[in-house]
Amino acid sequence: MDAELILIQLFSGVALGAILVITALGLSIIFGMLGVVNFAHGALFMIGAYAGLWVASLTGSFWWGLLVAPIMIGVFGMAIEWLLVRPLYGRSVDDPLLLTFGLSYVLVEAVRIVFGNDGIPFPTPSQLTGVANLGVGYFPIYRLFVIVVVAVVLLLLWLALEKTKFGLIVRAGSRDPTIMRVLGVNISKVWLLVFGVGVGLAALGGVLAGPMRTVNPEMGSLVLIEAFVVTVIGGLGSLLGSVVAGLLVGVAISMTALFAPEMGTIVMFALMALVLLVRPRGLFGKAA
Amino acid sequence: MERDMTVKSIPLAATSSGARKATDLAAALTNWRVLLSIAALCLLPWVLPSKALAVNVLVYGVLAMGYNLLFGYTGLLSFGHAAFFGAGAYVTGIAIGQFGVPWYGAVLLGVIGGGLLALAIGALSIRTRGIYFSMVTLALAQLVYHVALQASSWTGGENGLRGFTVAKIDIAGFSINFLDPVSKYYVLMVFAALALWFVSRILNSPFGAAIEAIRENETRARTCGYDVERTKLISFVLSGLICALAGTMSALHLAFVPLDVLHYQTSGMIVMMTLLGGASSFFGPFVGALAFLLMEDVFSLWTSHWQIIVGSIFILFVLFLPKGIWGTFLARVVR
Repeated sequence: MDAELILIQLFSGVALGAILVITALGLSIIFGMLGVVNFAHGALFMIGAYAGLWVASLTGSFWWGLLVAPIMIGVFGMAIEWLLVRPLYGRSVDDPLLLTFGLSYVLVEAVRIVFGNDGIPFPTPSQLTGVANLGVGYFPIYRLFVIVVVAVVLLLLWLALEKTKFGLIVRAGSRDPTIMRVLGVNISKVWLLVFGVGVGLAALGGVLAGPMRTVNPEMGSLVLIEAFVVTVIGGLGSLLGSVVAGLLVGVAISMTALFAPEMGTIVMFALMALVLLVRPRGLFGKAA
Repeated sequence: MERDMTVKSIPLAATSSGARKATDLAAALTNWRVLLSIAALCLLPWVLPSKALAVNVLVYGVLAMGYNLLFGYTGLLSFGHAAFFGAGAYVTGIAIGQFGVPWYGAVLLGVIGGGLLALAIGALSIRTRGIYFSMVTLALAQLVYHVALQASSWTGGENGLRGFTVAKIDIAGFSINFLDPVSKYYVLMVFAALALWFVSRILNSPFGAAIEAIRENETRARTCGYDVERTKLISFVLSGLICALAGTMSALHLAFVPLDVLHYQTSGMIVMMTLLGGASSFFGPFVGALAFLLMEDVFSLWTSHWQIIVGSIFILFVLFLPKGIWGTFLARVVR
């Protein structure tokens, strides 16, 4: 086992982790703001991949798919919040979870009806095929691209949350929505938008993951569980936690795959169990 | 929750004859719940379109009932109960097929195996609160799924576990042909009856009052001196034991354990059945299992995409009838 192989595998882990980060971040933003765990997150990730594929085949360009699909699915997410999740505010915290679970069931079947049960290959855009020499070895360009896109989105998200007036409202609203209402802020509009952004991030994760695996109706269920593991490790509602834990899980999976391929998924759960034993609220979670 | 309780106590004060009749009916339903359930189950195979459907109602009814102890009565939304159902099924299958254990020993081992797994998963997951609990139980159950997938020399991996057909049940000098659908149903019904009695006994005990106290207000229960963590863990394990029993019933019934029993879709189905029927009611889980399986039976004749219909109905229930079929019936007719 030489150092080069380990370094390349480390890069693979970061690329895998980047997809996890963007997906878990969507889950975490929605929870932090609305207190809702979106069980349909995996299904929306999958629908994002299909939407990306559909737009790309319609326009003949991957770039349009990458740009348009997350916005499309984000708007769809806003419709979900408005129609289905909103009537449940003020009821038990379990109700939105149950509802979005039922929704994931419906979404997966709907995709099966429209696109069929079989996986569809998502071609890597021609500009991003091939490998690049990183000095230590060759690495697929597309995976580097994924890392860069996620880094840019993270930066934009951070700027939006920390440096804009809207970000200020979002952060204050997650602390105390009642006070925000008293101050005259229309918090329902903020929630609608936050739900849309969270779902859009899941869809972006789906489009980015498309060329790295085949697109199929089942691809969301594993992603949902991976996103759960990441948010539990990082601490639900903590954005920094999602980023750190996502990369950690990605690297852990790909490093394990190097030594024992069949243990890749299991190691992720072992990591979560360990965190739960030592620090039940997650690495960056606030005390209950 | 607190407001709910005061609203409920008002009708008790009203003494119109109609209200009294309704309370009498509610009391009779509660006092005779085990016998009433058994009587209904005795009739089931002759009412439903097929004997196989009736056996499934037994298996999934017991499963949902075990789950309801934790979800409906303790207020913990687990998304990982497929693990205990699957553990019961796999341990029973492996015990019979690979170790030649007689059926009663295998059932006992299956229940114990599921209980031990529930102890391990419960001990880890009750350390977390609220919404975390659902996510952690789901993730740990997926871990069990992946372990079963990898340990294919024991579990048969993706192909599932086969080769442990129980052809006859010998008991007290009698030999019952287990391949005959009707006798199979009534043998499995004995297990279901035991589970019904066990759950009813738990709910009538002080422990039953303690778990409901935790569901209504955890802080208050803690202040009253209950050991909340221990009570939750015991409830988790009891619930796991009953779900494991359902797993052993399923293994005996099918003589096959598909890997899918451990999949999170199974956990989700348990949640759906319980909520459709009515969580935190004694008859609810059986009603829910019956309703779900009937829907599957009917809709799958029309379309292979029956899950889209069941999923939509489930969404409508969460939105408009969160008490489920039986819970709504109780609220509208009885109270």
